[in-house]
Amino acid sequence: MINQLKDVVTGSAEIAKAMGVTLKYFFKKPVTHQYPDEPVEVYPRFRGRHVLKRYDNGLERCIGCALCAAACPTDCIYVEASENTDEKRYSPGERYASTYDINMLRCIFCGYCAEACPTEAIVLEHDFALAEYNRWDAIYPKERLLEPHDPDYIVLRSDEEFKLSETWGKK
Amino acid sequence: MDQQLLVDIIVQIIIIGAVASGLMAAFGAMTVVERRVLGKFTMRYGPNRVGPFGTLQIVADGLKMFFKEEVIPSHVDRLVYLMAPGVSLVPALLAAGVVPIAAQPLVLPFEVFGSTITIYPWMADINVGVLYILAVGSLGTYGVVLGGWSSNNKYSLLGGLRTSAQMLSYELPMGVALLSVLLIVGSMRMTDIVNFQASYLGGYLWFIFIQPIAFLIFFICGLAEAGRSPFDLPETENELIAGFATEYGGMKFGLFFAAEYIHMIVLSFITATIFLGGWLGPFSQQIPVLGIVYLLIKVAFVLFLIIWVRVSIPRVRFDKLMKFCWKFLLPLSIANAAVTALVLAILFF
Repeated sequence: MINQLKDVVTGSAEIAKAMGVTLKYFFKKPVTHQYPDEPVEVYPRFRGRHVLKRYDNGLERCIGCALCAAACPTDCIYVEASENTDEKRYSPGERYASTYDINMLRCIFCGYCAEACPTEAIVLEHDFALAEYNRWDAIYPKERLLEPHDPDYIVLRSDEEFKLSETWGKK
Repeated sequence: MDQQLLVDIIVQIIIIGAVASGLMAAFGAMTVVERRVLGKFTMRYGPNRVGPFGTLQIVADGLKMFFKEEVIPSHVDRLVYLMAPGVSLVPALLAAGVVPIAAQPLVLPFEVFGSTITIYPWMADINVGVLYILAVGSLGTYGVVLGGWSSNNKYSLLGGLRTSAQMLSYELPMGVALLSVLLIVGSMRMTDIVNFQASYLGGYLWFIFIQPIAFLIFFICGLAEAGRSPFDLPETENELIAGFATEYGGMKFGLFFAAEYIHMIVLSFITATIFLGGWLGPFSQQIPVLGIVYLLIKVAFVLFLIIWVRVSIPRVRFDKLMKFCWKFLLPLSIANAAVTALVLAILFF
């Protein structure tokens, strides 16, 4: 009898506690992100779709060395190099990439290509909306990769909370 | 036939139609409101894409229900299978018949075809109102049991059997909990119960204050009767797929769904009327229109409580459900009624 009474009291207290917790969350702001309406915040080191960079004077950084294709673990990059001539100059060096394709369906966004690049021509930027209606469109040719790409549905988050703090690693 | 009688009957039929369609509209609103409130509880938004604040979600869901293909499985008992959703919906609507929403009938100040028109704020103010509610409430079990049985499917059958056991068991403590209220009032008429609460303490002697235990028992049993969480054993998505509604689709499932929600809404009206003082509130005696607003606020509060319980408490296991009813709620309600009777006997004899 005493035990049963104790059960009733503790059980009621537990239920009251549970209801209190849920009520607390009732008054909190939803954590849902209204994605197409509101921009998404990504961290600065987020690895999204690739962009081929240019120098300030408009010349392409890529010199067609194909080190990115060699570093790629999924073989999704195809590079064909050609000689620059004085009339048609694409990049400062001797050679440039006449074909530069990335198959986004195979890419695993590991960033090895950006690491291997000697001129920092290929960079993984922040676009993540890479859906296509036609699967051939998922193979990005050089023209699409060269365009400066800054979609308005993505904003950069401040990296402050992830900056190396003085105290880290000292203990 | 007497013309006055004929006009009265026509007005009454219009009121009945208004209440029934009002309840169906409330069901539509409730589906969206519940999802919004549940979303708020779990730090989400809920449906908010269709129309302002997601209100047009009702239309979207309704259209989807109506345009679904009518699938009748070949192994079902066709007549009973088609009948069950209706059998489940009608008692839920019927129970609203005795709930009064205001104190006084409204007599229109002008005459139509030489007869006065009186608009009653209830469908019927019968002298066995509470008994009627209990009787009609248990009829709802048939829809679920027939649906579960006629589907000829093991999940449906298990869901239907569970439901019949659950609903029949929870009828008892519910009735006994209401008994302790009826002992004090001395009448089963719903308006008498509200008027009793109005007659003491300036209209604030609500039964939730005199009979808190009876209120709790009634509320818990109401949840079980309406098949709401944590007593939603009839459905139990994760064990029984959808229980008795497994073989139903389209609008036939929609009717079961409507029955559950209308059951819940009517339960809130009954709870507000019996335990929360119905139309009573500040200045409700002087301005009768305020009474309807107060009643709706109280109903909204009870509905919020039901959703709040749903989001807080997980579903109970079936054996514990039965144990809770027979070994805890029923003795408690009987003890409550006995103590009430004893106190009344000491006070008044």
